Amino acid sequence: MADARAALGTAKPSGSLAMKRRVVKDFATNKYLYLMIVPVLVYYAVFHYAPMYGALIAFKEYSPMKGILGSDWAGLKHFEDFFNSYYFWRILKNTILISLYTLVFEFPAPIILALLINEVRNKAFKRTAQTITYMPYFISLVVICGIITDFTNSDGVINRFFMLFGYDGQAMLQRPELFRPIYVLSEIWQRIGWESIIYIAALMSVDMEQYEAARMDGASRLKQMFYITLPGIMPTIAIMLILRMGNLMNVGFEKIILLYNPVTYETADVISSFVYRKGLLEFGWSYGSAVGLFNSVINLALLITANWISRRVNNSSLW
Amino acid sequence: MKREKGAFDRLFDVFVYTALSALVIVTLYPLVYVLFASFSEPGEFITHKGFLWRPLGLSFDAYESVIRNPGILIGYRNTFFIVVAGVAVNLVMTALAAYVLSRKNVLWNNAIMFFIVFTMFFSGGLIPLYLIVKGVGLLDSLWSTIVPFAVSTFNLIIMRTSFMGIPDSLEESAKIDGANHATILLRIILPLSMPVIAVMILYYAVDKWNGWFYASIFIKSRDLYPLQLVLREILIANSTDSMTAGADAGDRHQIGETIKYATIVVATAPILFVYPFVQRYFVKGVMIGSLKG
Repeated sequence: MADARAALGTAKPSGSLAMKRRVVKDFATNKYLYLMIVPVLVYYAVFHYAPMYGALIAFKEYSPMKGILGSDWAGLKHFEDFFNSYYFWRILKNTILISLYTLVFEFPAPIILALLINEVRNKAFKRTAQTITYMPYFISLVVICGIITDFTNSDGVINRFFMLFGYDGQAMLQRPELFRPIYVLSEIWQRIGWESIIYIAALMSVDMEQYEAARMDGASRLKQMFYITLPGIMPTIAIMLILRMGNLMNVGFEKIILLYNPVTYETADVISSFVYRKGLLEFGWSYGSAVGLFNSVINLALLITANWISRRVNNSSLW
Repeated sequence: MKREKGAFDRLFDVFVYTALSALVIVTLYPLVYVLFASFSEPGEFITHKGFLWRPLGLSFDAYESVIRNPGILIGYRNTFFIVVAGVAVNLVMTALAAYVLSRKNVLWNNAIMFFIVFTMFFSGGLIPLYLIVKGVGLLDSLWSTIVPFAVSTFNLIIMRTSFMGIPDSLEESAKIDGANHATILLRIILPLSMPVIAVMILYYAVDKWNGWFYASIFIKSRDLYPLQLVLREILIANSTDSMTAGADAGDRHQIGETIKYATIVVATAPILFVYPFVQRYFVKGVMIGSLKG
């Protein structure tokens, strides 16, 4: 009865009914669009959402024979094992420290580079400097780590250079205390140019009239840089910083597993490299998944917090 | 007073140019060193310590060994396949999704967008992904580096933003002429989006060319190794034995060092040669991406 009236338009359709009609009508007009996106939805379902479901094995004793559903429940055992293990504090500390060092030393580098490039008047020099500093970004991680390994070896060129200043010549990647500096410095080397692009783009939108006015007042170029240019790109810096904070626990572990070795685990091993080793190399499927899930949850929490702060402070947010 | 300011600014200029020149040298020198080392006489190079300002002698032995090495050749072939097939899959999937999600008045688009973007913020983790890839039977196949990474959500957002910037009027008039979605996408949207497509091709291609981690966990057969895995063996695991077979131990050690550098050159030169010509597209990509933050 209600359906008939609604269909005839003689009565106000109820909420759910209106919804239903919208859905039907929308599907009639857009069915081919939905058909087009089906492959993409299948892709996300299989390779992103199925693994989320697969993370269930963190709470089980996964056995390849029994499958994800068939394996026996283990409750929070793997999480407890992890939190109580000797490695928990070590990899947590390493993850946070490597992240923090990268944040403190690598994050400001491209900003400084952008400010410097902005001061260059000679077009050819400017373009050359940009092209060359962007270049390392395109070299594969394997090659970069290969070069690092070779240069810091006992006969390597970097090692030899520091021997001039009294370094004892031991292969640098065999020394736990040098792992983090090597990691961070090579990050700067590889990313400084590329990451400066976004700041250089932001610099273009700084109001030229402000510089005119400053010149009239006799402000030096250094002062102009600090009082006009830097504040001009502050919003961009703030957004990039917040994005970084949200990814604090996402350390570039691909580079770490190319550079570390058992001697340097104590300073180099991070959560994701630990997951890789325990889970995939030592077949601790469930244990590895539990550690991985712990990391994912912390990441999500950090991102939500960073976004919340961003919305508060900056009036801009990711969602 | 005025003169003094001028002098200060000149000093500032000196500082800027010096700092940038220093950075350029620090960036370039390792690459130059690799190049010089690769052309050096193996015997001379092995006894040399410290900086290198020119090739020591001139020898192509290392390059000969690299080119004759079947591993490098197979690696190149596999990587070539991964880049071509992978970028094709990436482009088709990303364009389809970007097209649909950039249409207006589609009821489920917001929900679909959330479904997709959520995966940027939360993931099941490495091990469940491995089990799924294994479950769908992709293990030990070149497709394992392509299908599980068919769409990059970040690139999808860039492409969608760009598609949304195309005026509706063009599409409306095509619709009146009876064009369907396939026609609109292929004849109107894509031809107007060539810059962003160039950016996508470059981003995806660099990603595929340089990717090694997932290949290392999904691919076991040596004849399916992409170039980067072959490189890892030579550079990180330090094994040039396969290329120095036949030489006696001393020579083997000597030439092994220069082979490493020749390998780096052979594997990196293509991307570094192409890069200056396409640099502006990369920069454009960063700009489009940053708009959407």
